[in-house]
Amino acid sequence: MKQISTIRESKQDRIFLFCVYAGLSLVLVMVLYPLIYIVSSSFSSAAAVQSGKVWLWPVDPTLDGYIGVFKYNAVWTGFANSIFYTVGGTVLSVALTIMMAYPLSRKEMAGRRIWIWAILFAMLFNGGLIPFYLVVKDLGMLDSPLALIVPTALNVFSIIIAKTFFQTSLPNEIYEAAQLDGCGDFKFMISIAIPLSRPILAVLVLWAAVGQWNSYFNALIFLNSQSLYPLQLVLRQILVENKIDYSGMSATLDAQKLALMQNMETLLKYSLIVITTIPILIIYPFVQKHFVKGVMIGSVKE
Amino acid sequence: MKRSIALKRHWPLYAIIALPTAFLIVFSYWPMLGVQIAFRNYSPVYGIWKSPWVGLRQFELFLTSPYFWPLVKNTLSLSVYSLVVSIPCSILLAIALNEVRHARFKKTVQMFTYAPYFISTVILVGMIQIILSPTSGPLALLFHLLGDTNPPNVLASANGFSSTYVWSGIWQETGYGAVIYLAALASVNPELYEAAKIDGATRLQKIRYIDLPGIRSTIIILMILSVGGLLSVGFEKVYLLQNNLNLSRSEIISTYVYKAGLVNADFSFAAAIGLFNAIIGLILISIVNYTARKVSDNSLF
Repeated sequence: MKQISTIRESKQDRIFLFCVYAGLSLVLVMVLYPLIYIVSSSFSSAAAVQSGKVWLWPVDPTLDGYIGVFKYNAVWTGFANSIFYTVGGTVLSVALTIMMAYPLSRKEMAGRRIWIWAILFAMLFNGGLIPFYLVVKDLGMLDSPLALIVPTALNVFSIIIAKTFFQTSLPNEIYEAAQLDGCGDFKFMISIAIPLSRPILAVLVLWAAVGQWNSYFNALIFLNSQSLYPLQLVLRQILVENKIDYSGMSATLDAQKLALMQNMETLLKYSLIVITTIPILIIYPFVQKHFVKGVMIGSVKE
Repeated sequence: MKRSIALKRHWPLYAIIALPTAFLIVFSYWPMLGVQIAFRNYSPVYGIWKSPWVGLRQFELFLTSPYFWPLVKNTLSLSVYSLVVSIPCSILLAIALNEVRHARFKKTVQMFTYAPYFISTVILVGMIQIILSPTSGPLALLFHLLGDTNPPNVLASANGFSSTYVWSGIWQETGYGAVIYLAALASVNPELYEAAKIDGATRLQKIRYIDLPGIRSTIIILMILSVGGLLSVGFEKVYLLQNNLNLSRSEIISTYVYKAGLVNADFSFAAAIGLFNAIIGLILISIVNYTARKVSDNSLF
């Protein structure tokens, strides 16, 4: 009965809370350590990294790895390609999602149940990799930038979320009022629905952009030419397959340079991980809240 | 009559939806027609519609091949292992965060645990290789610290594969997974906590009797969704972690479909495996959904 009037936690609760804080701190360390290790290694000398002297802070600081990355042409081609695919893919994907979701959110649209069922069915069942590949092939998109932008532009999951958002946040009264003022369906979408939906637009843009930037599978199956490779495929060659191509770095190779490059090779991976993750980590704090919001809108059951 | 008026007045809606509908037809439904090559012997010369029918032969080939059971076993054990570890981890993290009263600490933990979700699969696998390297890196350091100078090469062993896959996934996705449970916890009626407080409940009891029942339906829905995907373990990470030394454990259905179909150009065979996979997924999700509805009134559809 004591607890009613006291705000203080009981002893048992304080022990429990201590465990919670200790546990979460441990989780924090475990999440951060691999990242810290890689950042520190990227600034250390190759010898220090290989002999295990680096474990928390950089040892014998150097920028060799970063210099190596800056001279690695394939990385920059990949970077440029990825920016192109991400911008193109995101614009197309978000436009299609809105164009699908907005009409479906309107009760006046006869036959919308057919669309909704078609979308839900496509979510649960698909033809699989091979028929999908054959369609892209039949459309003549193999080994072209279009293959990374067009076939995966329509995301059924995003459509459901956008539709739910339109339905719950745009009451019918707004539409009726707009209609009395002579505003048609099309104008309503452009000048009322879309401007009022900035939160969901942010979520859709982020999902499409991060997904496009991070994926490598479509590039792996649809592209052959190295010059079209997105960054992730270039990274795969270097980080996973250990295929490092010196030709783009320097015209002549003498013994001294070779030794230097072997050092660089060790550090290149660490620096590459840091450099390619930085753009995402910089925008991350700004976009995190939108992502959280997106997950929550997604969890609203219809 | 009413319907045709609606059609006339709201024609812009149909004009707007036409383009995305075309995409849906071309990239979702046209491939469904292409599924028929699973019952044919596809040759690029004849195409999808004219290659000779072979009935269920491709399925027979797959079901009787020596790869069949290892593939199913690898795929299932990987997804079950991952499911059994990841759902409790996300729930634990969400409940622990929910107990924290210092807003700044809570925010910090949430932000950093969520961050790895944005790291690409390629980078993640690159990091795994660096961290688990037997010659240099944190794992080797740890072994040296314990006096063992001969650390195991985890990535080159079949037994290390599933744990590498699952626990790197835990590192990357637990923070993301916790978000949805946190949202569910936030919507628990605060009066329940007040009442529990008056009754003298401890924090643990509040978790046991208020929090867990409060997020029960969320847990069930997410489980239904993951059971439907039991046989469709994602391709990207497994493929990157594969090498000849761990292939006996790491070859799963999706990587096998890729190799059979796109690397060896055996389109019909690979399409049959893909179709088999999709049908099993559909059956699994229906069974779990049905059971969940009977047992707990929670279901997806």
